[in-house]
Amino acid sequence: MSVIYFLITTSIVVAVFFLYAFIRAVRSGQFDDDYTPSVRMLFEDELKKETNKNQINITKEKQL
Amino acid sequence: MTFVTGKMSKFMDTDKCFHCGNEVLKKDEIIFDEKSFCCNGCKTVYEIFSQNDLTCYYDFQASPGATPQDIKGKYDFLDNEEIVAKLLDFQEDTTCIVSLYIPHIHCSSCIWILENLQKLQQGIIASSVNFGEKKVRITYVPNETSLKQIVELLSSIGYEPYISLENYGETKKKIDRTLIYKIGVAFFCFGNIMLLSFPEYFEVNEYWINQYRGFFRWLIFGLSLPTFLYSASGYYVSAYKSVRAGLLNIDVPIALGIIVMFVRSTVDIIFDYGQGFFDSMAGLIFFMLLGRLFQIKTYDFLSFERDYKSYFPIAVTKIASDGSEIPVQVYDIQKGDRLLIRNQELLPVDGILISEKASIDYSFVTGEAVAIEKKSGDKLFAGGKQLGKIIEMEVLFSVSQSYLTQLWSNDVFQKKVEQKHKSITDKVSRYFTPALLLLAAISFLYWVFIDVTTAFNVFTAILIVACPCALALTAPFTLGNVLRIMGNKKLYLKNALVIEQLSKVNTIVFDKTGTITTNKKTAITYEGVELANAELKLLKNVLRGSNHPLSRRLYDFIPNQDRLDIESFEEVIGKGIVATIDGKTVKLGSSQFLKTMTENTHKKTKVHVEIEGVYKGSYVFNNQYRQGLEQLFEKLSHEYDLFVLSGDNDGERKILEKMLPSNTTLVFNQKPDEKLQYLEKLQKEGKNVMMIGDGLNDAGALAQSNVGISISENVNVFSPACDGILDATQFNKIAYFMRFSKNAMRTIYMSFGISLLYNVVGLSYAVTGNLLPIVAAIIMPLSTITIVSFVTIMSNIYSLKKY
Repeated sequence: MSVIYFLITTSIVVAVFFLYAFIRAVRSGQFDDDYTPSVRMLFEDELKKETNKNQINITKEKQL
Repeated sequence: MTFVTGKMSKFMDTDKCFHCGNEVLKKDEIIFDEKSFCCNGCKTVYEIFSQNDLTCYYDFQASPGATPQDIKGKYDFLDNEEIVAKLLDFQEDTTCIVSLYIPHIHCSSCIWILENLQKLQQGIIASSVNFGEKKVRITYVPNETSLKQIVELLSSIGYEPYISLENYGETKKKIDRTLIYKIGVAFFCFGNIMLLSFPEYFEVNEYWINQYRGFFRWLIFGLSLPTFLYSASGYYVSAYKSVRAGLLNIDVPIALGIIVMFVRSTVDIIFDYGQGFFDSMAGLIFFMLLGRLFQIKTYDFLSFERDYKSYFPIAVTKIASDGSEIPVQVYDIQKGDRLLIRNQELLPVDGILISEKASIDYSFVTGEAVAIEKKSGDKLFAGGKQLGKIIEMEVLFSVSQSYLTQLWSNDVFQKKVEQKHKSITDKVSRYFTPALLLLAAISFLYWVFIDVTTAFNVFTAILIVACPCALALTAPFTLGNVLRIMGNKKLYLKNALVIEQLSKVNTIVFDKTGTITTNKKTAITYEGVELANAELKLLKNVLRGSNHPLSRRLYDFIPNQDRLDIESFEEVIGKGIVATIDGKTVKLGSSQFLKTMTENTHKKTKVHVEIEGVYKGSYVFNNQYRQGLEQLFEKLSHEYDLFVLSGDNDGERKILEKMLPSNTTLVFNQKPDEKLQYLEKLQKEGKNVMMIGDGLNDAGALAQSNVGISISENVNVFSPACDGILDATQFNKIAYFMRFSKNAMRTIYMSFGISLLYNVVGLSYAVTGNLLPIVAAIIMPLSTITIVSFVTIMSNIYSLKKY
């Protein structure tokens, strides 16, 4: 039964690791904005027709 | 700026602008690409997007856009390197980062387009939106583009950023995330302690439990240390401060409970008396921190501590001695400088007008909506808005000495709100704490004669079980929930404390201009058979002879006509006019006067027209007062003393007296500082005053009042220092909010009752010396869950109640 020392220590170490991960995530600002990422992940392939047409339009647009 | 909400634009219909969703007037309609637009600006934005393959913008949300405003010359100051350097978050040769506040951000389309800015402008590397704060953070290469170009691009697609003096040179405020760390640590400890405690709850005398008990207990002890020392540290500090100040706030019994729990539990495991109360302690701390998190909900995109800085421009155009125009920061303006002020720009300083004439709108400062004509040599005061063509002025005082900044340096702005107010929880704890200590002492004295060990046990057990966790959670959860509900209904309060103050209000003071009236000018509309030009000529000539206010306004409204001679003219006072011109009889006036019909729209001001016995139609004088004003005052007058303070003259006294309940006090000709004094006077009479106002001119009064609510047509841009910001469209719901805040307090009292009941149950165990750790571990979370669900359900039910 003394394996319990090992098992519990391991479980605590794992838990500490998660706590550390959580604190790091908070520190990096991940939880500061909880709305935008949820929308952002839904944008993906809308920009299909990427051509060098872009270049021309930028100059055009500047004249506007 | 047009502000389109998602709801409005859901059902697309052909009469709505494809870009901004506004009604399209037939004569202005522009058809482009088979879509209809309300103006050229909207069409241009669509063009930009479609040329760049960014039309997906319109897929996420129908008509998400805003009409771009004319900004020519407005951002010339961004050519100035020094100013730009102060605005940037980060600056290096190859990369610059800037965060811009964009009020229009409101839907997923906004996020999408703003995060694809690099498609529109070369040099932008990346941009990311923070929706909650309505900010976009743009990384760009300074050699390829400039901040000015970016700002102009944003403005050209309808996302004009709001840059004011407030952004300037401010030290970037650090985000305080301590509470989140504390909760994280507390939850980690709480969870693990609970898991490790379980064996002992149920398997009291099993063989193997006895074997490993020491290991489990000391591990639990170790796990409880971070919660005890770090997570709960705020309570010790607060309790210490409160004891020193001679008050007993709720944190005192909490801190006491936590410390006693920790010490008693440590003693228990050292002498092997039992497993201690570490589980309850960690859970308690965790739940209370959670409550605190719930209470401090903030509206990141609103700023409640604004001062004149947020209204003033960062820079103005100065005319140098050689005649050239250079942008200069407002702080660098010196006495004697010559400034150029464009249309719609705010005067940042006091000065003397040099141009021939100017018209200045001081509504911002005085509340008077009519623009004032100034001639060359007249004095101009800071805070006025320049209307019309470009003017030149000479500076008299620097920014810090100008009129507005002086108003802001009034004492009321230095005062902290917290000092004015003691929260409901603190009031209860003033009785709770002594009672608790008394009970503990009495029980100790009783037991000490029977058995000293039990006496200590009972003493500590009482402090542990009575630790007012549920009591302390009640207010945060109720008020936090109410704050959230009110936010959804567009009343944004600064913090939860304001709700308590709101419920205590017995006097409401309204500002007039911009608060009970809309800022829009009164429009006159005509309903009925269209009038021919000759008929208009008749009308205008008839009206010339009348001095009735409505006649004067209608006279100004009808376009200029030739003069005709009036043959006969008779005015029946309070009814109307009968006149004959060119042999034609014209009758103007109320519906009773014309006797053509009976009307019941008595609240609407109308002038009916009858020419040669034929009824033509009526001119409707649209009410400039906010919708629902009469009903609102009617409702409020039963419970509150109502006042209307106005900066205007008493020209509208008659109309207001007719509209508002008779017990409303009307006071006119009040300058900003007089409003402030008036409020002070009311407060001295022992009244709890709520001030509802708008604009900078009410800022003093808003700060002086017990609760200051600012009405805002556009919550994002203009909001002075106040306790809450109410969206102007919700004006008629003020009575509902007042009632709701009262019900919120009622909910708190009810749940105080419940939590005290739990305390009594727990104490009955404690006093008799039978408090087992498992009892504490059950009562504590049970009371928390009951309280939290009770207050959440109750406050939601109350929010559904109509008033």
